[in-house]
Amino acid sequence: MKAGGSLSIWFFTGLCLGVNGALIFARGLYELVHPPPEPVVLFELHANVWWGAILLILGITYCLHFSPARERKRMSGNS
Amino acid sequence: MNPALLLFDSNTLVHLSPVDLIIIIFYFALVLAIGLYLKEQANTGEDFFMAGREMTAWVAGLAFLSANLGSLELMGWAGNSYKYGILAAHWYWIGAIPAMLFLALVMMPFYHICKTHSVPGYLKLRFGEGAQAISSISFAFMTVLMSGINMYAMAVVMKVVLGWDIHFSIWVSAGTVAIYVALGGLRSAIFNEVLQFFLIWAGALLIPILGLIEAGGWSGLQAKIIQNLTELHVPNPGSYTHLWSTLGSFSANPMGINWVGIVFGLGAVISMGYWTTDFLVVQRVLSAKDLRSAKLAPIIGAAFKMMVPFIVILPGLLGLALLRDPHTGNLIRLVPADLAWSDAGQAQGLHSYDEVLPLMLARYCGPGLLGLGITALIAGFMSGMAGNVSAFTTVWTYDIYGTLINKNASDEAKVRMGRWVTVIGVVVSIVTAYFAKRAPSIMDYVQALFSFFIAPLFGTVILGMLWKRATPAGGWSGLLAGTLSSIGMYTWVKLDPSAVRYVALSLDAQDQAQNMFRALWCCLICVIVTVVVSYLTQPRPDSELKDLVYGLTRIPKAEHVTMFHSPVFWGVVVAVVFIILQIVFW
Repeated sequence: MKAGGSLSIWFFTGLCLGVNGALIFARGLYELVHPPPEPVVLFELHANVWWGAILLILGITYCLHFSPARERKRMSGNS
Repeated sequence: MNPALLLFDSNTLVHLSPVDLIIIIFYFALVLAIGLYLKEQANTGEDFFMAGREMTAWVAGLAFLSANLGSLELMGWAGNSYKYGILAAHWYWIGAIPAMLFLALVMMPFYHICKTHSVPGYLKLRFGEGAQAISSISFAFMTVLMSGINMYAMAVVMKVVLGWDIHFSIWVSAGTVAIYVALGGLRSAIFNEVLQFFLIWAGALLIPILGLIEAGGWSGLQAKIIQNLTELHVPNPGSYTHLWSTLGSFSANPMGINWVGIVFGLGAVISMGYWTTDFLVVQRVLSAKDLRSAKLAPIIGAAFKMMVPFIVILPGLLGLALLRDPHTGNLIRLVPADLAWSDAGQAQGLHSYDEVLPLMLARYCGPGLLGLGITALIAGFMSGMAGNVSAFTTVWTYDIYGTLINKNASDEAKVRMGRWVTVIGVVVSIVTAYFAKRAPSIMDYVQALFSFFIAPLFGTVILGMLWKRATPAGGWSGLLAGTLSSIGMYTWVKLDPSAVRYVALSLDAQDQAQNMFRALWCCLICVIVTVVVSYLTQPRPDSELKDLVYGLTRIPKAEHVTMFHSPVFWGVVVAVVFIILQIVFW
């Protein structure tokens, strides 16, 4: 679904997931090196590392697949 | 002290780190950017109020579900599952799935073909301006009121959990919603709802995953709940993890309800009324680009709705099993909100049922993940509020302003009115939020008011669609009789609490059980009055009912699509999964 221009809602979704994933993943890596003094329950599973990575990969996939350039190409192909 | 710091209390449940704040600020910036980007695409009435009727099934379906996933929904039902156990999942399964499938496969063709802008708009076409006036005025009133109550509830939780000033939470979040909906109309609301849908899942999904790991899986969770509730001398501890097996009698489950109330009150009336006639959710599906998309959208919504208990109900159950004081090791027992949020409750460090989701969030989520979880709660609030505001704006502009005040309003004037009413709707919601602050019990009244209008409305709309003999006088009087009888039953129980044994068939019936039975009776009264009055009055000729009633509407032949693109196929898949879930958690 386009926003009228060449930006799809899925591109915005990818952007949001990607940025959040990158921030969480980076923080998770930092905590691997500098564990917090009062860790959360199940800290040893390092949820922020793998959850951040999943969000980052999802975000990048969406951004690439629904990038403005590809959307423009798709629209010109349809017309 | 720096005045800015007064907005944030340091004595709170969780503390946000800089990375959490960046995530929250980025979210606000993104939703505003979407509103600005879409401003140019909202110039006509169809664009502003119906998103151009060009949404795909996926976008309309996710927005359909997201508009219902407000913050009160997320935190409130997590709290309800802590209070009532897995029975709360009925509101997501039998209380949603059959109705969503019914909307998709039976009702959607009528809404789509008659090209109405709203549910009251359909009533005008079918029953005339009397039924339209009752339903549009009651809907507009309820929508703004609900929006304000939701806003206040979220602000209180933000105060308790994060220490944020209540005024700050209310004005910043409401102001953001007002800007992006006023700029881009329904399209902007829908786009943000899709974004919010992903954020809600991204922020909330870790809690049940980590919770089940800690509890030792589903069987470990069940064992811990029984052990904890036995320790607290709670009767029927086993009933907290069974969906149907305890519904044989009113006293065998924590809600005080039996299967009749769940199946007929919730499944057949409340749920059907909400998911098929509440314009807040129906508006999203009306924006679909064609009939197949309009039919697929509620089915997509239903598929995801079935999974929502995983992020809402399960955290409540995990709270029952796992929440212990980290210092003493004693069980933490959550209490009703009025007790927890009183001065005495705060002094004792009590937490309310509604705080179970933030408590579980704080248990597992460190910096970064915590910001994402809080963003999910804010996103839930904003999607719910944007849903209320955009539906209110459409009903006001088309069904009140365009019908009762200025019948000759141009399309341009309606768009202008829509932008202003968006802002006014938000301001009235804010006023309502402050009103709620002064009267804590107002939430109970609003929930009751909500059921007054939705249950009889379903009776009127379904008779209008499926029975051509229903007359305008029948529709109008049935709707009025159903609404008045519901108000009458509510007042009766308030004045004489023992009357609950007649209204809800048992003295054990809790508030939710009373709502279910009251809805069932008032819908039946609406149907009976509509039928009787219709037989006493002159029906409209068939030619006037074309495209409005079953049997007089030519449903366009479904385009030839593969099985995997067929709404009926996916409807059957969702129905089968729904039945399997009932058996698994029986």
